[in-house]
Amino acid sequence: MTVAIAANDLGAALEEKLPGSVLKAEGDTLCITPESLLDVMTYLKDTPGQEYDYFNYVTAVDFYDHFELVYRLTSTVHNTTVGVKAQLPGRENLSIASVTPLWLGADFQEREIYDLFGISFEGHYNLRRIFLWEGYDGHPLRKDFNR
Amino acid sequence: MEVSNYREPIYSPDEIDLHEGQIIEDLKSSAVEPIPDPDAWLEQEDVKRNLVLTTADWVINWARRSALWPAICFPACCAFEFIAVNGPRFDLSRFGMEILRASPRQADLMITAGTLTWKMAPNVKRIYDQMPEPKWVIAMGACGISGGIFRSSYNVVPGYNKIIPVDVYVPGCPPRPEALIHAIQMLQKKIAKSHPVPDLKQLTGKEPM
Repeated sequence: MTVAIAANDLGAALEEKLPGSVLKAEGDTLCITPESLLDVMTYLKDTPGQEYDYFNYVTAVDFYDHFELVYRLTSTVHNTTVGVKAQLPGRENLSIASVTPLWLGADFQEREIYDLFGISFEGHYNLRRIFLWEGYDGHPLRKDFNR
Repeated sequence: MEVSNYREPIYSPDEIDLHEGQIIEDLKSSAVEPIPDPDAWLEQEDVKRNLVLTTADWVINWARRSALWPAICFPACCAFEFIAVNGPRFDLSRFGMEILRASPRQADLMITAGTLTWKMAPNVKRIYDQMPEPKWVIAMGACGISGGIFRSSYNVVPGYNKIIPVDVYVPGCPPRPEALIHAIQMLQKKIAKSHPVPDLKQLTGKEPM
């Protein structure tokens, strides 16, 4: 059984390495600033003792005044799992770093979020719509989407 | 001498995407009203039948209806009912149509088994256009008839009859295999009523010699 780690310890270690990156660490989830996403993910993947080498998923949630990106990572070395959340304020021109340089499995999921939520991922090598066709007006999974 | 296998692509991926999107938008804007069934006049009672022509009609119709070959076009879950129909338990080969044609050019029946999204719609229309005449369509299941539970969705075609003419509708979600076989029998009865030999009197307005 994969163990959900206590995010407090991980948050403290991250705060030491990357000051100001962690906003909150509770349960098994780290809440981080969107600017530090790639640094935090690189740390979680490459640091000995963490080694989160398996990328479970990335998804997005619409909270009307902000969007929240939810990542979940698993370490097949230590059999642990951790969640990472980053909040993007506003509704227009949303952008966050892509994690495809670290885990290629994020490719289609980030394209799906780009298609259905309208959040663009900087550094994605092939950021195009995946479900809907080019020229489709709007992003259907947004709460204010109207046909 | 240095030989490079790299060739500049004619179109960029963005251009191909935009072209695809334009095709879908054009089809979507043109597919508002249902396409009427061109064979609907067969149901009228006052259709005149000529004895000699009717016999030729009967032979051609018998040949047509006895070997309906379906094209492979199963976008969603109704396909599994069709697979059950095609299997040994319900045994579609009794009707001479156990051969699924991978090429639409060898098929004359399209069983639209499943939900159709707008992104898939141009491809289904292309498969239909590639089928040679005479061709028939069975709309299978709630999604094929009207879009079903996905009708109000932003990406689902509300019924196949918006893009292609449909001959027989089979309700159900999904229809039982017996229902699909019944629909095929209905289609065979419909084909039996058609006139492949043109009526000279109707065509020319004169009595045939």
